[in-house]
Amino acid sequence: MRTLAAADVTRAIRELYMTANYEVREDYRQALEKAQKTEVSPLGRQILGTMLENYKIASTERSPMCQDTGFPVVFVEMGQDLHVDGDLKEAIQEGLRQGTKQGFLRGSLVRDPLSRAPNTGDNTPGVIHFDLVPGEKLKIDVIAKGGGSENKSRLYMLKPNDGIDGIKNAVRETVSLAGPDACPPFVVGVGVGGTFDKCAELAKKALMRTIGSANKDAAADKLEKELEGELNKLGVGPQGMGGSTTAVAVFIETYPVHIASFPVAVNIQCNANRHKGTVL
Amino acid sequence: MIRRETDFVRVTPPLTDEEVLELKAGDPVRITGILFTGRDAAHKRLNELIKEGKPLPVDLKGQIIYYVGPTPPKPGQVIGSAGPTTAGRMDSTTEPLLRMGLKGAIGKGERGAAMREAFKKYRAVYFGAIGGSGAYLAKRITGQEVVAYPELGTEAIRRLTVEDFPVVVINDAHGVDFYEEGRRKYAVK
Repeated sequence: MRTLAAADVTRAIRELYMTANYEVREDYRQALEKAQKTEVSPLGRQILGTMLENYKIASTERSPMCQDTGFPVVFVEMGQDLHVDGDLKEAIQEGLRQGTKQGFLRGSLVRDPLSRAPNTGDNTPGVIHFDLVPGEKLKIDVIAKGGGSENKSRLYMLKPNDGIDGIKNAVRETVSLAGPDACPPFVVGVGVGGTFDKCAELAKKALMRTIGSANKDAAADKLEKELEGELNKLGVGPQGMGGSTTAVAVFIETYPVHIASFPVAVNIQCNANRHKGTVL
Repeated sequence: MIRRETDFVRVTPPLTDEEVLELKAGDPVRITGILFTGRDAAHKRLNELIKEGKPLPVDLKGQIIYYVGPTPPKPGQVIGSAGPTTAGRMDSTTEPLLRMGLKGAIGKGERGAAMREAFKKYRAVYFGAIGGSGAYLAKRITGQEVVAYPELGTEAIRRLTVEDFPVVVINDAHGVDFYEEGRRKYAVK
């Protein structure tokens, strides 16, 4: 059994949350560079250029790329032979708190959704997804999820016989409705299967996959490529001002499903694509 | 004041009805001068004052409002990151401000059908900025001062001084929507 100090977790979370806000995901940045060569709209190409310039300023100056510094979503995979000395949950929240203060991030969460007050001021409590895995490591991923694209995400409870077309319609409809509001070019995370709650988690998890990597499931991989092609025919384009770059990736995560159910969740990721991870 | 240059339209508030009518959906615009900030919470308060017939903390006549909630500035910075937020959230609270003489709004994302009519009726315009590019846009802001509701923090009303602030006309005062036009132009059947 290995022991890890809670303070080490706090330090890691703080750095990941700050850095995620300053440095766009490298695979996404490269995807936009590539899109600059294929985008058919001149204004679209110009907008992609501005986005790339924004990432450069943010990383050079260690300034948040977007003023919405995101709802922190933390995925934790904990080895079952690891012992964390201290309160793990609190260590994570403390890391987010310190990251917000030291990183000059914006407090974007309100304590009570009914009264919509007060602002917690430090972007806690973040949402934490825990998973137990074999081994004695702690894998953490921090996503700073913007409100604009989260607002345009959707969950569909389809019927089993809606089939592949049902998934396609759901994804197309969600992306089309998201349009300029959700700051394209998008990465689209799609959860298929599981329960109402599990399906949404799958869609969020899908956003973490590296752009250009293949889906391990051949059928899902084929569907991803077809969907990406179809989404880029919608005409939405960079920042919704028209063009051929609406989504740079579609990622599907699946889970076994009830014989009566067919949940499909579509989680939209905007061009402020912020995600950093590490293993302790 | 507006002036048509080769590649863009230069805009300096305050704007008149006649100037607004010259702006066309799709025009690239650079704004130099004063912008007022306001998002959900500030709009709610301004709407309440208008409903009660009370004076507003800022004179909106001819002015442009920017839907933004900046990050805190780091030492030496004028303002933190300051990109646009989703404009559709302000749809239900915009018309009273137009009645008070507001001539423009900057945000990102679509406005509803009722808003398009309102921009026509009140001779006002909606500009789109590039969402997510908060660090880039902050470079075009040379001054900021909180002028109302400091207790709202990031949602307070600020008076920004901007230089060559880049936006595109999305909804003009003639009922045209540039997002819709752009999508139609590049959609592949």
